[in-house]
Amino acid sequence: MRYVKPESFEAAATLLRDETGISRILAGGTDVLVQLKAEMVEPDLMVDLKHLPGMREIVAEDGGFRIGAAVSGAELGEHDAVKAMWPGVVEGVELIGSSQVQSRATMAGNLCTGSPAGDAVPAMVTAEAVARVHGPDGVRDVPVVDIPTGPGKNSLSKGEFITSIYLPARPAHAGDAYLRFIPRTEMDIAVSSAAVSLALDEDGTVTSARVAVGAVAPTVRLVKDAGAALVGSKLDDAAIAAMVHAVEAACSPITDKRGTIEFRTKTAGVLAKRAALIAYGRAGGQL
Amino acid sequence: MKTIPVATTINGDETEFLCHTDESLLDVLRDRLGLTGAKEGCGTGDCGACSVMMNGRLVCSCLVLGVETEGAEIETIEGMAKGDTLHPLQRVFLEEAALQCGICTPGILVAAKALLEKNPDPTDTEVRYWLAGNLCRCTGYDKIIKAVQKAAAEMRAA
Ligand SMILES: Cc1cc2nc3c(=O)[nH]c(=O)nc-3n(C[C@H](O)[C@H](O)[C@H](O)COP(=O)(O)OP(=O)(O)OC[C@H]3O[C@@H](n4cnc5c(N)ncnc54)[C@H](O)[C@@H]3O)c2cc1C
Ligand code: FES
Ligand code: FES
Repeated sequence: MRYVKPESFEAAATLLRDETGISRILAGGTDVLVQLKAEMVEPDLMVDLKHLPGMREIVAEDGGFRIGAAVSGAELGEHDAVKAMWPGVVEGVELIGSSQVQSRATMAGNLCTGSPAGDAVPAMVTAEAVARVHGPDGVRDVPVVDIPTGPGKNSLSKGEFITSIYLPARPAHAGDAYLRFIPRTEMDIAVSSAAVSLALDEDGTVTSARVAVGAVAPTVRLVKDAGAALVGSKLDDAAIAAMVHAVEAACSPITDKRGTIEFRTKTAGVLAKRAALIAYGRAGGQL
Repeated sequence: MKTIPVATTINGDETEFLCHTDESLLDVLRDRLGLTGAKEGCGTGDCGACSVMMNGRLVCSCLVLGVETEGAEIETIEGMAKGDTLHPLQRVFLEEAALQCGICTPGILVAAKALLEKNPDPTDTEVRYWLAGNLCRCTGYDKIIKAVQKAAAEMRAA
């Protein structure tokens, strides 16, 4: 295996494009080094980009924040302004692994690794986060929701990689939240999960809502009907029931050792409901 | 396979070593540098027995490549005592018998020290969450949490 720290993003893109064997980006290594150890993947080329400009920085931009692709969970969690603006995104990232894993794991790695249960992904989707992708043909911005394409797969083409993730400005009277179900309190993979992001008008009526679920389909899923069910309501029981129904209808999970199809579907609805109530409170709504 | 030269600082000493690109920092510490305090419980980030500090952050050395540590500052359990004087955490772990086989102990001490530097007066819940990535198969966690709290109280009084 060759280990390379390229001098620029352009050099990295060329290197990755021209590699004929298996290549991987080394961010925090908390997925890729586990796979290496287990011999699940034996890369010929490991590209480390953490030293390149902006990769470890969090910068305010147009009312939102640009998070470098190598910013660790711990660094993000220590950034009070990001946490205040997108508490749901930060709580998703902070759920990943242990203190040790938090020192290294990145949200870009969580996204690119393509786990349906990735804890950073649902709230990035509901925040309408956008990944900045560098590659042999230049730079493009891709909505986070379009990056994962299936378990272990993503939509980046050969030579492409993420250099930052942009969290847009949050509107006034808005809030988000993320919850997952695991059988223990720490260090486990979500059986199901849900993120909700809401914006309200002055009197607490929902003006826009997005709901995303994890671990209940091959990729994290944005459930448009579920968000639509909340718009125009103050989260009354009927609106919540319609939202839960839409979430359940969008679930197509598998049964495995962590949970059955029925259990995953049911808990995804429950979590979406609870996350919606938390997001509503954070947005300043009174129930 | 070719080896690569790497220059780091380990427990304050400038250290150079050669390693393969796919070799973990844990393997470098144990097999190349003779620093066998960090243990391998799993090799996959689950147990925390290999915990060390890298550039001021607590990491699993099994999930860091040796080649990634070029220019980094590494602190291991071997650097925790000052000469013959144990760190308060080390001493209290012995006094309170917060260990049995001791395999998890170096990792727990390194992790607990990192916590107390950030948060000198944690609640029991905070200690438990912080140490959730450090598994112990014999002592039981109560004694470990109590020992961390006792050492923390001593360190606050000092
Ligand atoms: C003990 C333990 C507990 C864990 N617990 C959780 C958990 O609770 N929830 C959870 O979701 N995950 C968990 N994980 C998995 C892992 O920590 C996360 O998925 C993490 O976010 C991965 O980020 P990373 O920076 O370490 O990625 P890496 O391992 O460095 O990379 C992962 C993949 O993404 C690609 N990649 C990385 N960065 C980029 C980039 N900038 N552009 C393009 N591709 C890139 C790599 O090529 C690789 O294929 C756990 C892992 C361990 C070891
Ligand atoms: S050996 Fe590194 S976490 Fe278990
Ligand atoms: S004392 Fe044996 S594993 Fe903790």
